[in-house]
Amino acid sequence: MTLAKLLTGAALAAGLAGGAFAASHSEPVKAGFIYVGPIGDGGWTHEHNIGRLAVEEEFGDAVETVYQESVPEGADAERAITQMALQGADIIFTTSFGYMDPTINVAEKFPDVKFEHATGYKTADNVAIYSARFYEGRAIQGHIAGKMTKTNKIGYIASFPIPEVIRGINSAYIHAKKVNPDVEFSVVWAFTWFDPAKEADAATALIEQGADVILQHTDSTAPQAAAAEAGNVITFGQASDMSEYAPMPRVSSIIDNWAPYYIDRVKAVMDGTWETKDTWDGIGPGMVGIGEISDAVPAEVKAEALALKDAIAAGDYHPFTGPINKQDGSVWLAEGETADDGTLLGMDFYVEGLTGEIPN
Amino acid sequence: MDLSSINPVVLIASLMVASTPILLAALGEMVVEKSGVLNLGVEGMMIVGAICGFAIAVETGSPTMGFVAAALGSALLSMIFAVLTQLFLSNQVATGLALTLFGLGLSSLLGQGYVGIKPPSTPKMDLGPLSDLPVLGRILFSHDLVVYFSLALVLAVWAFLKFTRAGLILRAVGESHDAAHALGYKVVAIRFAAIGFGGACAGLGGAYLSLVRVPQWTEGMTAGAGWIALAIVVFASWRAGRILLGAYLFGGVTVLQLNLQAAGAAIPVEYLSMSPYLITILVLVIMSSSRGRASLAAPASLGRSFHASS
Amino acid sequence: MIRLERRREPSRLWSYVTPVLAVIATMIAGGLMFAALGKDPFEVIRTIFWDPVLGEFAFYYRGQLLIKAGPLILIAIGLSLGFRAGIWNIGAEGQYIIGAICGAAVGLAFYPMDARWLIFPLMILAGAVGGFLWAMIPAILKTRFNTNEILVSLLLVYVAEQLLASMALGALRNPEGSGFPGSRNLRRYESSANTELFEGTGMHWGVVAAFIAVIFAYILLNRHMLGYQIRLTGQAPRAARFAGVRPNLLVVFCLGASGALAGLAGMFEVAGPAGQVSIDFNVGYGFTAIIVAFLGRLHPVGILLAGLLMALTYIGGEAAQSTLGLPAAAIQAFQGMLLFFLLAVDMLTNYRFRFGKREVA
Repeated sequence: MTLAKLLTGAALAAGLAGGAFAASHSEPVKAGFIYVGPIGDGGWTHEHNIGRLAVEEEFGDAVETVYQESVPEGADAERAITQMALQGADIIFTTSFGYMDPTINVAEKFPDVKFEHATGYKTADNVAIYSARFYEGRAIQGHIAGKMTKTNKIGYIASFPIPEVIRGINSAYIHAKKVNPDVEFSVVWAFTWFDPAKEADAATALIEQGADVILQHTDSTAPQAAAAEAGNVITFGQASDMSEYAPMPRVSSIIDNWAPYYIDRVKAVMDGTWETKDTWDGIGPGMVGIGEISDAVPAEVKAEALALKDAIAAGDYHPFTGPINKQDGSVWLAEGETADDGTLLGMDFYVEGLTGEIPN
Repeated sequence: MDLSSINPVVLIASLMVASTPILLAALGEMVVEKSGVLNLGVEGMMIVGAICGFAIAVETGSPTMGFVAAALGSALLSMIFAVLTQLFLSNQVATGLALTLFGLGLSSLLGQGYVGIKPPSTPKMDLGPLSDLPVLGRILFSHDLVVYFSLALVLAVWAFLKFTRAGLILRAVGESHDAAHALGYKVVAIRFAAIGFGGACAGLGGAYLSLVRVPQWTEGMTAGAGWIALAIVVFASWRAGRILLGAYLFGGVTVLQLNLQAAGAAIPVEYLSMSPYLITILVLVIMSSSRGRASLAAPASLGRSFHASS
Repeated sequence: MIRLERRREPSRLWSYVTPVLAVIATMIAGGLMFAALGKDPFEVIRTIFWDPVLGEFAFYYRGQLLIKAGPLILIAIGLSLGFRAGIWNIGAEGQYIIGAICGAAVGLAFYPMDARWLIFPLMILAGAVGGFLWAMIPAILKTRFNTNEILVSLLLVYVAEQLLASMALGALRNPEGSGFPGSRNLRRYESSANTELFEGTGMHWGVVAAFIAVIFAYILLNRHMLGYQIRLTGQAPRAARFAGVRPNLLVVFCLGASGALAGLAGMFEVAGPAGQVSIDFNVGYGFTAIIVAFLGRLHPVGILLAGLLMALTYIGGEAAQSTLGLPAAAIQAFQGMLLFFLLAVDMLTNYRFRFGKREVA
C-alpha cells in the first residue's frame, strides 16, 4: 500500500537523520530553511538568509545548509518542508507565520527531525517556536520620535492588522506620548506585505498631511526615499539597517538578527541537546538589534534612547508597564503592572489615546 | 476626522507621480493592441525595465542612461514575444503570459547584486519661477522630466494615430491584417515595430518605479502594476486621451484612499483598499452603457495570428 | 526558398511530436542557463524531469503532482470553454478565492458538528456557487452594459484578494488562534476535510473533480449542441448569430461555468492541501491555468496533459532549488523558456514548410 511505502520512506529518512547523529564527526548536520520571499527582498527573508550564512560561517564543514525561497504558504509549504525532511535535513527552520500548520503536519510524520517555526504559537515535541520582541525596539523609536517631532504628527505605515503590528504601534505610541503629550499618530494600513510603490505613496500621503516622523512596519526603503525627498522628515530602518539613508532621514533602525539563535539551535542538534522550547527574545539576547543612532538626533535624546535600550536589555524596564488604559478607557495595566506575554502575543486592541479603529 | 488636512493641489501633484509608471506602460500596450497584437507580458517587461534601468543607472551614475537602458532592455525582451507570435505564429495570450513568467525570473537573476543599493537621484526639472506659481506651479511645474515625457508621449501617440499616415497604416493593420496585407503593407514588420515600442514604454514605466518612485531594486517590485496597465488600455477603449484619464483615475483613487486613511476618515480600510478597482469598474460601466451597444472599440484583428497565405 | 503553408487540418503526427521537441529544446537552452549559473546542467534537468516521477522519493512526489495539477486542470477546463467562444475570463484567480471563502465559511459555520454527509457536500455547493456568482458580475455587466469582461474580471481579482485578507483577519478568523490571522484548519475537522481517497496518493476530491470535468468538457464540446455553439461563436461570431446562438446566454454560460469550476478548485484547495483561509491563500493558480488552457490547445485532453506538465516543472523546480541551491528565479525563467518553446513548435502542427519557388497566385 502506498501509505506503508510513504511511512517506510519517512522512517528511512529518519534513519538517515539518526545515522547523521551517530556519525556527527564525519557527516555534516543538515539545516534547512524555508523562506516566504526571495532572498533579494532586502527585508524579512534577506535577514533570515544572513542568519543561515552565519550558521555556515560558524560551523564550516560540520554543517550543510539548504534553502528554498519564495515558498507560498499552504500546500506548497508542506511539500517544501517534507522534501527537505525526506532529503535528510536534521533541523528545518520555517520562517513565516503562515507555515505554522504545514510545519506541525510534517513534524508529525518525521518525529526525528527537529523543526523550528518562526512567529507562530503551536509547538510539539520536535517543533520549537521562536520570535523576536520587536516592540522593544519600537519603544526606542517612539521615544526618539516623540522628542524630535515638531509638528507633533507621526505617521505609521502598517501592513496587516495582526498582533505583531498592533503591538508595535502601541509600543511606539506609549513612548512617544510619554515624552510628548501632544503627539498624534496617523496609521495607514497598506493591506499588503510587499508593494514598494504603495509604501511610497503612503509615506507621501502622511508627509503631506504634516507628519514629520515616519515609522514603518513594511520592509522596503520606499518610505525612506519619500522622506529624503520631502526633507526635514525622519524615519527608522526596518528589518535591515537601511544605513544608505543615514544620517537623514534614517536616524536609527530595528534590525532582525537571527544569527545567534540559528547558531545556537544548530549547535544543539550537533550536541544532541536539542529540546523544544518557546523563545521570544528581544534586545537583551541580541535578537533585536538597534541600528546606530545617527548624529541628526540631538546628543541628549540619543543618550536617553541608549539608556532606554540598556534598561530594556537588562530587563529593568518593560515597554508595557502600567498604568496603561485600552483605547476605550478601560484599565489594562494598573500602576507598575507589566503585560503578560499571552496578552501581548494576541494583542488586538489599541491603547488609550490612539485614534481610529483597527480594521478587522 | 480632519479632511481639511488633505490639500487637493498636493494630492494632484502626487497622483501624477504615482500614475506615471502605469501611464507609460498602458500607452505602449495601446499602440501594440492598435496594431492587432495582444501582449499580456506587460508585467514581465516592466520588471525587466526596472532592473535594467536600475543597474545601468547605478553603474554609470546617470539616471538618463538608466532610462535609455530600460527602454532598450524591455524592447529587446519584447522581441522574444514578437518572434514567437509573428514568425512562429504562437498563441498571443499564452505567449504574453509566458513572457511575464520569464521576465520575472530573468529580472531576479539580473538583479542579484543590486539589492539594498540606493540609485542616483533623478533631478526635477528646473523651471525657475514657474514652479513658484500658486497652485499651478505645484501641479504643473514641479516634476521630473519623465512625468513631462509621459504627458508628451500621450499627445504624440494621439497625434500619430490620428493624423499621420503611418498611424493610419498601423490602425489598418490592427483592424484587418488581411486587407492591409493585400494593400501591400508589411504587416509583420509593422507589428514588430509596435511590439518593440510597447516594450520600450513598459521598460520606461518599470524604470520610473525603480529609479524615481520607490527608488530601490527588490525582486517582484512591480507588484502587479503591469496588469493594471493592461486593464487601463481596455478601460480607455484604445484611445490615448482616455489612457491618461484611466491611469490618473486609478492612481488618483489609490493616492486618495491612502490620504483618507492618513486623515483618519471613518471608512473601513478594507473598502478603501478595494476602492481603486471598484471605482475603475464603475466608471467603465457608466461609460460603456452610455456609449450604446454598437461601438466596440477593440481593434478587429486583436489577438489573431496573421499568416500571409498568398 | 522556404516558405510556410497552412495545413488544411492540424497534423496529428506533429501534434504528438512537437511537445517532445519543445521539451528537448528547453533542456538544451535551460541546460546552458544552468551551466552559466555554475550548476551541472544534467543534474538539474534530471532533478526537474526525472526525480519527481521515477526518482528516490517519487512515491511522495507522484501524489504531489496530482495535488498541484488538480486545481490547474479544473480551472483551465472551465476557462477553455469561454476562450473557445472568444469570452475572456482573466479573473479565475478571484473566483478561486471567493469559492474558497464560501466553501470554508459553510464548513466553519457548522463547526464542530459531526455530519460529514451533510457538511462536505454543502461546502462543495457553496464553493461552486461562490465562484459562479463572482463570475456573474462581469457576465451581467457585459450583457447589460456591454462592459469589457477582461477588465472587470481582472480587477475583481484584486477586490477578492482584499476580501480574503479581511476574512482571514476578521469574520473567519480562528477564535482559538489568540488573535493571529487565519481560520481554523478545515483539514483537521473531520466533517469538512477534503481528504485523500487513498492516503499518500494525492488523489483528493478536487483531483477527482478535475478528471470528471475533463470528461464532461470532452462530451460537451464534441457531442452537445452547446459545445457546437461555443465552437461556432469562436470561429465565426456572425454566422453563429444566424445559426440561432444567443450571445448573451453564451456569455453567462461560459463565465458562469468557468467561475463555478474555479470556485470548486478554491474550495477543494482550502479544505484539503491548504487547510485554512489565510491572507496569502491564493498562489496564482487562476493565472497559471490560463497558460495551461492554451498549452493544451483548449482541448480537454490537452489541458489534462498540460496541467500535469506544468505541475511537474513546479515540483521538479522546487526540488532543484532545495537540493541544488538554484535560485527560484532560475526556475521561473526555465518555465518561461519551456512555454516559449512549446508555443513556438506549435507552428509545425498547423503549418508545413514548402521548399522551392513560390507559385504565382
